[in-house]
Amino acid sequence: MRTLVAVTVLLAAGGVFAQESKVKLIDGPGKDKAMQCAACHSLDYIHMNSRFLDKAGWTASVNKMINAFGAPIPKEDVDAIAGYLAQNYGKPPAK
Amino acid sequence: MMEKPDKGGVTRRNFLAGAAGAGALATLAPASRALAAQLGGTGALGLAEIPDGTLAEAVMYALPGKVPLIKKTYRPPNFETPVEYFRTPITPNKAFFVRYHLAGIPQPIKAADWQLAVGGDAAGGAAKFTLAQLKKEFKQVELTAVCQCSGNRRGLFEPHVPGVEWGVGAMGNAVWRGVRLKDVLAKVGVKPGALEVVLDGADTAPLAKTPDFVKSLPVDVAMGEDVLIAFDMNGQPLPHWNGFPARLIVPGWTGTYWIKQLASVRVSSTPEKNFWMSTAYRQPRGLFKTPTFTSQLYSPNEPITAMVVNSLITSLRNGQQIPRGKPLEVRGLAWDRGNGIAKVEVSSDAGATWAEAKLGKDLGRYSFREFALSVPTREDGGRVVMARATSRSGETQVEHLIHNPAGYHHNVIQRIYVDIV
Repeated sequence: MRTLVAVTVLLAAGGVFAQESKVKLIDGPGKDKAMQCAACHSLDYIHMNSRFLDKAGWTASVNKMINAFGAPIPKEDVDAIAGYLAQNYGKPPAK
Repeated sequence: MMEKPDKGGVTRRNFLAGAAGAGALATLAPASRALAAQLGGTGALGLAEIPDGTLAEAVMYALPGKVPLIKKTYRPPNFETPVEYFRTPITPNKAFFVRYHLAGIPQPIKAADWQLAVGGDAAGGAAKFTLAQLKKEFKQVELTAVCQCSGNRRGLFEPHVPGVEWGVGAMGNAVWRGVRLKDVLAKVGVKPGALEVVLDGADTAPLAKTPDFVKSLPVDVAMGEDVLIAFDMNGQPLPHWNGFPARLIVPGWTGTYWIKQLASVRVSSTPEKNFWMSTAYRQPRGLFKTPTFTSQLYSPNEPITAMVVNSLITSLRNGQQIPRGKPLEVRGLAWDRGNGIAKVEVSSDAGATWAEAKLGKDLGRYSFREFALSVPTREDGGRVVMARATSRSGETQVEHLIHNPAGYHHNVIQRIYVDIV
């Protein structure tokens, strides 16, 4: 269903949204679960919001997507997604 | 100077991938920084820098009918206008910024297929209007007004706040032509109990559970002389990406209320409490001296309403070298929420002394106003150039950011370092 939604949107918007296939996420544990974000928006939203959120900040963002926007992300995936985002797109540790 | 869209040319992302790899995200080399500046970096403008990740993912990309703009996100499309297009007071349609909230963006339609539904529980009746009817049955009005995203300059917040990390170009100024919303509402009638006017565009949410983007205005604002249903922009039909065939124009108020591809207008006797009114686009109550949206005061925060006074220097870049003896040309734009610009002062000594710039032609109180000042350069050395706009109501730009969780109303004075050599 998620895939179906994403594909429908891509087709509807033609070439513009096709550009987003150029956006790549860093490989790492949890990436597969983070790819669920693409059901509703291009993944460059993640890069754009880096690197300044810690894990709590990313958790809040993911929960906002679920609670405010109705993202069909299982609750049990939240920690893995936030962990992946904090690890790869999170606030660098203080020096 | 401007990079081509990512077709064949070296883009910021390709450059990074080739030169340094993905690990370069947090530590951009000086050369990359220079390139990043072209793609919407804000350090070059004497402002705080937008996040490294934002710069690393930025490319120049041309949407159909547009020139290459700074890509923030592809889906939904969020594209920023590069600074070079702010060297004139009117922003070209092809360079005007693009901002959508939901991936279900409207498909291009023929103007003849568009209809506007007008009604609501506090309206006297209901009616539908075609574009031809609007143009024929109502007086047409033209005005020049700045459309600025509520979150313009959000990327410059320190500490950063999540959202679309805009630099300085989520704004534009255009001559809008349309009909008054109040005239259209008068046709169906507005009941005494009317509280808000609720506006919906043709964009849709990607999922059934995602709140549709619907906004409301206080009825007295919606019924104002200057609120238009616009169909022309700078003498041309609106670009698709800016709301073709018709959008709302709410001069002075932030872009969130300027509903594109306007589909319905509903006069309501109750406050509109969907997510986009009750939760999003809100600021701590009383933090800014902007108009209050009184029917929306049911929580500790309040909706963002009108813009704060601001300016942008467009003629100088951080680190620029100016030959001694050649004047320092400080030029740019100033705007506010419709009080009009009273003055723009320029300092070339880090704020110790200020001199009044010459203002350009007055294109109307909601328009960008050009300013210019030529400063002699008699001695070598570094100079800090600043510009500070003041509105006719006495409001002026701030020296220090008024931080707020959603990243609104950034009007911090720029500090551009130039070298006289």
